[in-house]
Amino acid sequence: MVLEKYILAAITTNSSKIPGGTAVFYCDSKQEMETIAANLEAILDGIAHMLTEELYVIVKH
Amino acid sequence: MSEYTYPILFGLIIGTATRMYMLRTDYRQYPTYLHGKIIHVALGFIAAGLGTVAIPSIMEEDFTAITFLTLAASQFREVRNMERNTLTELDSYEMVPRGKTYIEGIAIAFESRNYLVIFTSLVSTLIYLLINVWAALIAAIICVLIAKVLMSGGRLKDIVEIEYVEPRFDGPGLYVDNIYIMNIGLPQRQEEVLRYGMGFILKPKNFNSRSTIANLGQRQAILHDVSTALGVYRDSGTPALVPLAKRDLDDGRVGVFVLPQEKDIKRAIKIIGAVPTLENAIRMPSERHVEGEGK
Repeated sequence: MVLEKYILAAITTNSSKIPGGTAVFYCDSKQEMETIAANLEAILDGIAHMLTEELYVIVKH
Repeated sequence: MSEYTYPILFGLIIGTATRMYMLRTDYRQYPTYLHGKIIHVALGFIAAGLGTVAIPSIMEEDFTAITFLTLAASQFREVRNMERNTLTELDSYEMVPRGKTYIEGIAIAFESRNYLVIFTSLVSTLIYLLINVWAALIAAIICVLIAKVLMSGGRLKDIVEIEYVEPRFDGPGLYVDNIYIMNIGLPQRQEEVLRYGMGFILKPKNFNSRSTIANLGQRQAILHDVSTALGVYRDSGTPALVPLAKRDLDDGRVGVFVLPQEKDIKRAIKIIGAVPTLENAIRMPSERHVEGEGK
């Protein structure tokens, strides 16, 4: 199956905003969030997009 | 040996030579050297044969023999299918794909060139039989010149003005001039993109070219050609590093973002200018005459 335009994971530092329906990674700092996003981008072959300062999503294009 | 031997031989040679002349492997490296070329020279030879023998058949009043030209048509339609299938298969393994419109354009060119060969052989054999070998030679040269005009399409520099613009980030958004390209979240990716990325603005010269460069296939062809000529900073598994072309909805300008290995602005502008305008992408909205106009 080929996925297109699909959110594979969400990475956030704000635990009050909980996205549902996808894998969520909570982080303590912005730096940790960026590291995790970079790793996930490489692992999942997706692109790390920044929605807000505290929320990244990995999207398969 | 019959009276037709030399004219037929002449037509065959001229036809095959025409095909070889039109079969140039350039920076695109297509058709591939040696085997890909042999296929097309062989098909060109067959086309030349078909075109050549048509004239002696008519002169011998063997009119039904002309029906084999229909065979030629189906034969060369097969050439188009073959080219399309091969290129589509290969496209999924290209760093920057050619895109379907470009592939279709190449396939059409291959088919039509065989018809040009038939035409050249037919005309030169006819002239040989009617006048003499020297007249036939002149006719052949004229045919080749016509073929040359017919096979060379337009270039992008004829329809757009190309201007270099440094790409920039506004938050996570990547922009070329005021055209939004994509969202790149990670700071290290943003740095890479700024270090290697180049932005170009294609400004359409008229309303017709605005629709032509809006075509997604045409835009993909630009990205493919630039990436072929200048290399591309990209690998599998780095989908963030992708050359893209987006459109300004207000005035039809197209922002081209590429990641070449060699950052040479002048060469890049030249290369974009030399990208063929794909015949399947050309639109002529200004040629449309509204019904009842002028009544």
